[in-house]
Amino acid sequence: MIEICNLYKQYDHQSLFKGLRLDVAKGSVVTLIGPSGSGKSTLLRCINGLETFQEGHISVNGQKLYGINEQNYDKAQTNQTLRNIRRKVGMVFQQFNLFPHMTVLHNITESPTHVLGTSQSEAESNAISLLKKVHLEGKAHSHPGQLSGGEQQRVAIARALAMKPEAMLFDEPTSSLDPEMIEEVLAVIKDLVSEGMTTIIATHEMGFARDVSTQVVFLEKGEIVEYGRPKDIFYNPKNDRTRAFLSRFTK
Amino acid sequence: MNYKLFIIRSVFLSLICFFTSYFPVTTSFANQNTLEKIKSSGVLIWGFDAEGGAPYVFHDLKHPPKLIGFEVELVEAIARELGVKVQSFQNAWDSILLSLQRGDFDIALNGIEITPDREQSVLFTRPYYVYAEQIVVRASDNRINQLADLRGKKVGTLYNTEAKRMLEEMGEVAVNIYSGQVEPFKDLSLNRIDAVFVDLPIASYYAMPNPQLRLVGKPAGEGYYGIAVRKEDTALAEELNKIIGKLLRTGELKKIYSQWGLWNASQENLFLHEGFLEKYTESPPSVSEKVSPSVTKFLPALLKGALVTIGISMLSMILAVSLGLALAIMRLYGNTWLQKISTAYIEIYRGTPLLIQLYILYYGLPNIGITLSAFAAAILGLGMNYAAYEAEIYRAGIQSIPKGQTEAALSLGMSRRLTLKRIILPQALRVAIPPMTNDFIALFKDSSLVSVIALVELTKSYSILASASMDFFKLGIITALLYFGMSYPLSLYARKLENKLKSHDRNL
Ligand SMILES: Nc1ncnc2c1ncn2[C@@H]1O[C@H](COP(=O)(O)OP(=O)(O)O)[C@@H](O)[C@H]1O
Ligand SMILES: [Mg+2]
Repeated sequence: MIEICNLYKQYDHQSLFKGLRLDVAKGSVVTLIGPSGSGKSTLLRCINGLETFQEGHISVNGQKLYGINEQNYDKAQTNQTLRNIRRKVGMVFQQFNLFPHMTVLHNITESPTHVLGTSQSEAESNAISLLKKVHLEGKAHSHPGQLSGGEQQRVAIARALAMKPEAMLFDEPTSSLDPEMIEEVLAVIKDLVSEGMTTIIATHEMGFARDVSTQVVFLEKGEIVEYGRPKDIFYNPKNDRTRAFLSRFTK
Repeated sequence: MNYKLFIIRSVFLSLICFFTSYFPVTTSFANQNTLEKIKSSGVLIWGFDAEGGAPYVFHDLKHPPKLIGFEVELVEAIARELGVKVQSFQNAWDSILLSLQRGDFDIALNGIEITPDREQSVLFTRPYYVYAEQIVVRASDNRINQLADLRGKKVGTLYNTEAKRMLEEMGEVAVNIYSGQVEPFKDLSLNRIDAVFVDLPIASYYAMPNPQLRLVGKPAGEGYYGIAVRKEDTALAEELNKIIGKLLRTGELKKIYSQWGLWNASQENLFLHEGFLEKYTESPPSVSEKVSPSVTKFLPALLKGALVTIGISMLSMILAVSLGLALAIMRLYGNTWLQKISTAYIEIYRGTPLLIQLYILYYGLPNIGITLSAFAAAILGLGMNYAAYEAEIYRAGIQSIPKGQTEAALSLGMSRRLTLKRIILPQALRVAIPPMTNDFIALFKDSSLVSVIALVELTKSYSILASASMDFFKLGIITALLYFGMSYPLSLYARKLENKLKSHDRNL
């Protein structure tokens, strides 16, 4: 469903991805692991166009995004493609990024009503059922500032789901949470995955990666060092660098 | 509550300290015998206003620093008789008598009409010129032929003059009051007003050479110009009376006035007044009702000025807020050209004085065919100036919103436009409200600058009333209190908002 083909990306003349390839099939759950600065966030952000890239292409559900140096690149076309992709791919950020000036309910209904043209009443009843799903039905009329980090992140997930996406991207969704809140967020993601949502997650939660993923990608310095099933990567890593990275977590 | 009282009391105290430290010094100086001082120092210090002062006193355009005018020649003749030299002292006309009282110069001689209220504060010599008020209209306009025709028309005049008082006494005349002599004739040619009603010397000097304008009707409301000295300087006044008498008898006065085209039959009346004019009050030329400096009498005029101030401030703030938002968005999100235009606008408006911008809008634009009313020019001037400041406030506000907000909105499929409108601007506005309120208070006070374009708002009302009644102190405090009474609630509101936003942020 998501194909990343020959991706070249550089920041200020510093190359990050040098011909990266990755296929994510429909219904699969791919976790990105790797040290900080290895390019996990950048990869996710390239998929929904929050970052541009120089060469290669990314195709989401048949919608093709080209690198800005590609012959096929066309600015107007890219904007159109991005709109289509963003409606089909939800994203959850490490910092939640809820809209602080809106209630929880309003955060969730804002985009469906304004982008998809859903009626207010339909958007609201949908939002309420999503809040039930993330166990926050009592918080509909709170402001984000009144919620804990874990609650905010669950609202952010509900907000992304309100657009009825076909795939979800999670960028270290639990990294800025206090330890006691991590589980409640992971539980929500687990539920989602079990319903068959195509998902890419960047995470440092190795136990979670091992339990839920269909594939694991180990990234280092913008390069896919190792790719495979979780039990192969976690119990039988082929590469020394993978082993060195994982050993830091099993201590 | 207590601390509010404290603030008000300390404002008062410092005002009083300011005034008391100011006055005693000057009164002791003024007590000297001025005539003796003039003779011993060999200099007569003469106070006047040369700004737009033709044909009285003005700068010779061919030799700019040089002063010319019939009053220059008159003062020189007087100094010759006294055996001294003239030293000039330029002073704004509005405050000329006040400066005389303070002791800045020895005599004030500058088309000052002898009126009972002025006689309360200074001593006038016998008259040196008989003036009358004259109507000037556009040459093409024949609706106005006499004084009574001015009813229902827009008429320009100078402030603190008998002409202004006559117009106001007539009622039903929309009076536009100017402080410069050139501006009313300019506005007349531009169709902004229907007629000008001023002292004859001014009317003939400015209107005669201009083929677009003509004088209509007989001069009305004759009165006298006198030389003003401080009340205690009777000896100086007696001496000046003798000199004026001599200049009259020798025909020197007639020679000077004739050269300027100002001698007419009325001037023969000057021979009638051997002594001070006060002795002839049984047939006064123009007696205005005695002005009592009672506060209640002035309050309606001041309140009317305050209303104009409020109206101008509100409308220009609305313009500033909306234009500023457009400029900020252009600068942050526009293409290179829009960014350059917006940046240039902001830098130019912040880098030049508001006063110059107002002059250009009101008196400059007509040169390229755009004639704005004073009210429109005031609102445009203030609004466009403050838009530059508001734009920078919005820009700072928008830039203070974390990038994650935009990214979250975009990732939800919102367009850039929708993101700006629904997510960024509502948050940026909260950041911008406290500095915007501060700017509104500043704009409110800056609105006093629009008095230069013939708009009578609070400050102008004050200066008109104060120079008519010579009561700068009491009226000044009342006016200051009016401003304070309007701006202080705004400050309180700004502080409250700021605190409210702060406590809201703590929840985040
Ligand atoms: N906006 C940026 N400008 C320049 N360099 C960047 C920028 N964002 C990320 N990088 C660099 O790209 C590399 C990958 O960063 P990132 O994708 O955030 O890694 P990760 O999410 O795995 O920690 C890092 O070396 C980082 O310094
Ligand atoms: Mg990251």
